[in-house]
Amino acid sequence: MNATLQHTSLIDEHRQAGARLVPFAGWEMPLHYGSQVAEHHAVRRHAGVFDVSHMAPLDVEGPEALPFLQRLLANDVGRLGESGKALYSGMLNDRGGVIDDLIVYGFGPQRYRLVVNAATADKDWDWMASRAQGFQVELQRRNDLAILAIQGPEARRLALPLLPVLGAEAAHLRVFHAVDAGDWLVGRTGYTGEDGLEVLLPAAEAPALWRRLLAAGVTPCGLGARDTLRLEAGLALYGHDLDEDHTPLESGLAWTVAWTPEERRFTGRAALEAQQVTGIPWQQVGVMLEGPGVMRDGALLYGEEDRGNPIGVVTSGGFSPTLNRSIALARLDSAVQVPAQVAVRGRCQPVRRVDPPFVRFGQVRVPL
Amino acid sequence: MSLLPDDRRYAKSHEWALDNGDGTISVGITDHAQELLGDVVFVELPAVGRIVAAGGECALVESVKAASDIYSPISGEILAVNPVIAESPEVINQDPYGAGWLFRVRLVNPGEFQALMDGDTYLTGLD
Repeated sequence: MNATLQHTSLIDEHRQAGARLVPFAGWEMPLHYGSQVAEHHAVRRHAGVFDVSHMAPLDVEGPEALPFLQRLLANDVGRLGESGKALYSGMLNDRGGVIDDLIVYGFGPQRYRLVVNAATADKDWDWMASRAQGFQVELQRRNDLAILAIQGPEARRLALPLLPVLGAEAAHLRVFHAVDAGDWLVGRTGYTGEDGLEVLLPAAEAPALWRRLLAAGVTPCGLGARDTLRLEAGLALYGHDLDEDHTPLESGLAWTVAWTPEERRFTGRAALEAQQVTGIPWQQVGVMLEGPGVMRDGALLYGEEDRGNPIGVVTSGGFSPTLNRSIALARLDSAVQVPAQVAVRGRCQPVRRVDPPFVRFGQVRVPL
Repeated sequence: MSLLPDDRRYAKSHEWALDNGDGTISVGITDHAQELLGDVVFVELPAVGRIVAAGGECALVESVKAASDIYSPISGEILAVNPVIAESPEVINQDPYGAGWLFRVRLVNPGEFQALMDGDTYLTGLD
């Protein structure tokens, strides 16, 4: 056991629930509690809860919080308005590459909470601190908070009555809206392609809520199911589908780039504009393996005939429990319409291009 | 770690081999192996009639996590493969020593079977 790994406030609950714990981005986290496929189905059909407290919340507050975030992020936080709302955005470097993808919860122009990826938290923090120079803004890491994602068609019905605070307010939340009170924040957001809630709360209060959720029949789910759920939902994973060497325009995130207002000079904008002129070399596509086997990250894609020249690469590959076959997100040469084959364990096998999401709200969304 | 069945022998590459008493050996993977793999989603089994060599690759188990080669613990001809696995690969996770068997081989060299490990020796090697 690696003594340097961090633990969330739910580590005892995970052990109690029979978790298989694995190192992940410096944390010891549950991979599954017996069967990640069963956990996947539980979220698609009923309700599951994930401990995602390894992800890093950080608060951005102050008179210039809005202009700071409008400079920092490719999506426009100005769209959040006054009430509690959530926005998904890339944080770009000057080359337009993605430093991280994140969620911003906004509660008016002076008060925001961001949630960034665990593996990139320190890098993000350094970048944000350096970019905050000259803005009247205060940044604060919130390592004191835990995060529970409760996801699935029954998630809200089961979870809302169990919340010690905000239950009544959260019952009326529309998709991508949020409410907060003190250190509690409840958002109708998620990473599974199902309805559900994400709850940020004081770490010490997380075990009690976790136990109440399990007692109500919500299935504990690990990072394994979280990955297959988000892959079926066509949602990008940082470090796989997104990185600093590719822009959002190449990575399926063009929809998160807010071009208007035109005078908003967010970091990376010039590089994206230049890329629009010179050409966007890659496109993100979904692919489905026609036969048995599993596409893994890094598998190369080929056209119909030319097996010598790869035209793309699988950035997130895996097995889809809902489709019972292998699916992947891939980076494909933007001059090519369809990949025809993928190399799996040295053998070329036929693939089909499809438009993600593969699965949404429990329904298969691609032709089988 | 559950206790290992003591009616069979084990290979260091995590296969078990059971003497059926009729000149044939059944082969599967150990509980430890299925636990390491996680949920099994596809299995490629050898063709019936194929001659396999002891220690030779002869099947492939794909889990949600990784693909893993399966080696035949003994030499011989493949007599049968488990028909349940193609439709329900999860039986390998649920019952690795029973319903989750992979294939049956005709035993030609009993010395190869005897050279495999007993359960205690296999378990000791896992630490």
